[in-house]
Amino acid sequence: MDMKVQKKKLGMKERYRALTRDLGWEPSYRTKDELYPYVKYEGIRIHDWEKWEDPFRLTMDAYWKYQAEKERKFYAIIDAHAQNNGHLHITDARYLSALKIFLQAISPGEYCAHKGFARVGREFAGVGTQVACQMQAIDEIRHAQTQIHAMSNYNRYYDGFHAFADARDRIWYTSVARSFFDDAMSAGPFEFMIAIGFSFEYVLTNLLFVPFMSGAAYNGDMATVTFGFSAQSDEARHMTLGLECIKFMLEQDPENLPIVQAWIDKWFWRGFRVLGLVSTMMDYMLPKRVMSWREAFEIYGIENGGALFRDLARYGIRPPKGWEDAGKAIDHMSHQLMLGLYQWSFGTAFHSWIPSDEDMDWLSAKYPTTFDKYYRPRWNHIKKLAAEGKQYKNFGLAKLCQCCQLPTVFTEPDDPTLICHRETVYKGETYHFCSDGCQSVFEDEPEKYIQAWLPMPALFREQQGDIAAWMDWVSLRDGFDNGDYDGSRDQKHFKEWREIATSNR
Amino acid sequence: MAVKSIKEYIGEPRDSVGHFHGNQLLFVSWDRHLLFAAPFLLYVNPETRFGDVVSGPLTALLQPDPDAAAIDWNRVEWLKANQPWTPDFERTLAENGISHKDQLRFRTPGPNSLLNPA
Repeated sequence: MDMKVQKKKLGMKERYRALTRDLGWEPSYRTKDELYPYVKYEGIRIHDWEKWEDPFRLTMDAYWKYQAEKERKFYAIIDAHAQNNGHLHITDARYLSALKIFLQAISPGEYCAHKGFARVGREFAGVGTQVACQMQAIDEIRHAQTQIHAMSNYNRYYDGFHAFADARDRIWYTSVARSFFDDAMSAGPFEFMIAIGFSFEYVLTNLLFVPFMSGAAYNGDMATVTFGFSAQSDEARHMTLGLECIKFMLEQDPENLPIVQAWIDKWFWRGFRVLGLVSTMMDYMLPKRVMSWREAFEIYGIENGGALFRDLARYGIRPPKGWEDAGKAIDHMSHQLMLGLYQWSFGTAFHSWIPSDEDMDWLSAKYPTTFDKYYRPRWNHIKKLAAEGKQYKNFGLAKLCQCCQLPTVFTEPDDPTLICHRETVYKGETYHFCSDGCQSVFEDEPEKYIQAWLPMPALFREQQGDIAAWMDWVSLRDGFDNGDYDGSRDQKHFKEWREIATSNR
Repeated sequence: MAVKSIKEYIGEPRDSVGHFHGNQLLFVSWDRHLLFAAPFLLYVNPETRFGDVVSGPLTALLQPDPDAAAIDWNRVEWLKANQPWTPDFERTLAENGISHKDQLRFRTPGPNSLLNPA
């Protein structure tokens, strides 16, 4: 009688080797340069791809198992949210403005990150890198999908969610995130890793997901909290991949240092500018606020970022060029941008409002050196105009930065009373910037940024300034999706439905 | 460095003046008057008189600032491309040498009502 032999189970490391062993073949009739045409032109020198091991060594079966478990939990909560009228459990419908910006600007970015990782997974010549990038590509498309599903429940009841993809491509504030990802996706594979692996995952997601998801929890939005948790557990892996890539480049050849440093300078600043939108969500748009933008930046920017740069110092990396200017801006950026979002609210697919006296007191406690001095007088004046029936709308439209595409609302790093005006002439054409950081990014690669599609000039170039035609084109329903929250349909409906839900009417 | 690429790379400026139907873009801002969150983007014909741009669209846009009515245009100091500059109100934008996407800034002496001195 034959004895049944227990087959020895493979360990994680062996399984990973089994997964990857056939991917690293030696080409016989094509050269490696032909197979991987994009690995050299950026100037990065790699001598041994084997040196980069995927720190997570995640195999497909393990990946499916973890992610399937998370999906089950996610959809159970989303269903419960829909069935129990979860849209009435939030603090109030003002909160949804933050979600609308997130859906219009950030979720499509996740989809772009997916496309980018699928591409660089093919372009990198090392097996460990290829597999890790493919896994991240799947993560990113899943994030986009779960975000869209989580928020689709709100779309049944509230305005401003219905055309997020058009908004992403066509509206002026979403073009900030769009240009960030377009820039990354049109970069070479190594630069893409710095753009997404470092800037998006390290600089942005910490500041975006952690405080923003706590904000969702504080404001009773369990649907968003659920996708936040589901996505956040992948982010640690993504950050590690980004960081491993940086270390790998630096360890492979000392000649890589200046190239990597320039990318860190560029992508730190680009990421910081995208965070401008997040700062307004945190300081202004959450009815119940967890922490100020300033407090979040101190923890996730200064402390965590500082630790990261200390860690990289042994390779010769210094903190990014815009680090000091970023520090000077944190007491100002949310106020400066929110004042803009309010006065151009006829062109946004979300609502904004004048902060109440109570909100202003909170802002002045969180920004003791700046809010009362610089920003409260402006809000009070806007409030006075509104009381006189002259609600302030700035029909002047805005000058946009050629690089980050934000309206040029930011002031000089050392003078908060003067807007920062930067311009440069390239091949006879004038270009404007919001900061030294953005000007410097442009001047390193002018041929790339002169092609930027800027929504404000496009309104005149393509629509000859016809605002109604522009609204149709961006799928913005005037009087519903835009304007002041006070008097909006969102405000009215939320109040009515909440009263029905909590009384015997 | 003008873009690293695997083959020759030529970018076309997307917002050059030829795309604007005979008009041009002009940016104007009032220094230290930050009720206006960013410089105004104006869509103008280069044959317009400078004085008409000031008394027309610019004056209209400045109205919400409490100091707007007190502007004495004869005493305003101007900057073009961040350099001191003197306009001729009677002549056209083109005759004043104002090109597409130029940034004009102006400064007014006197108090700024929306800045808390405390």
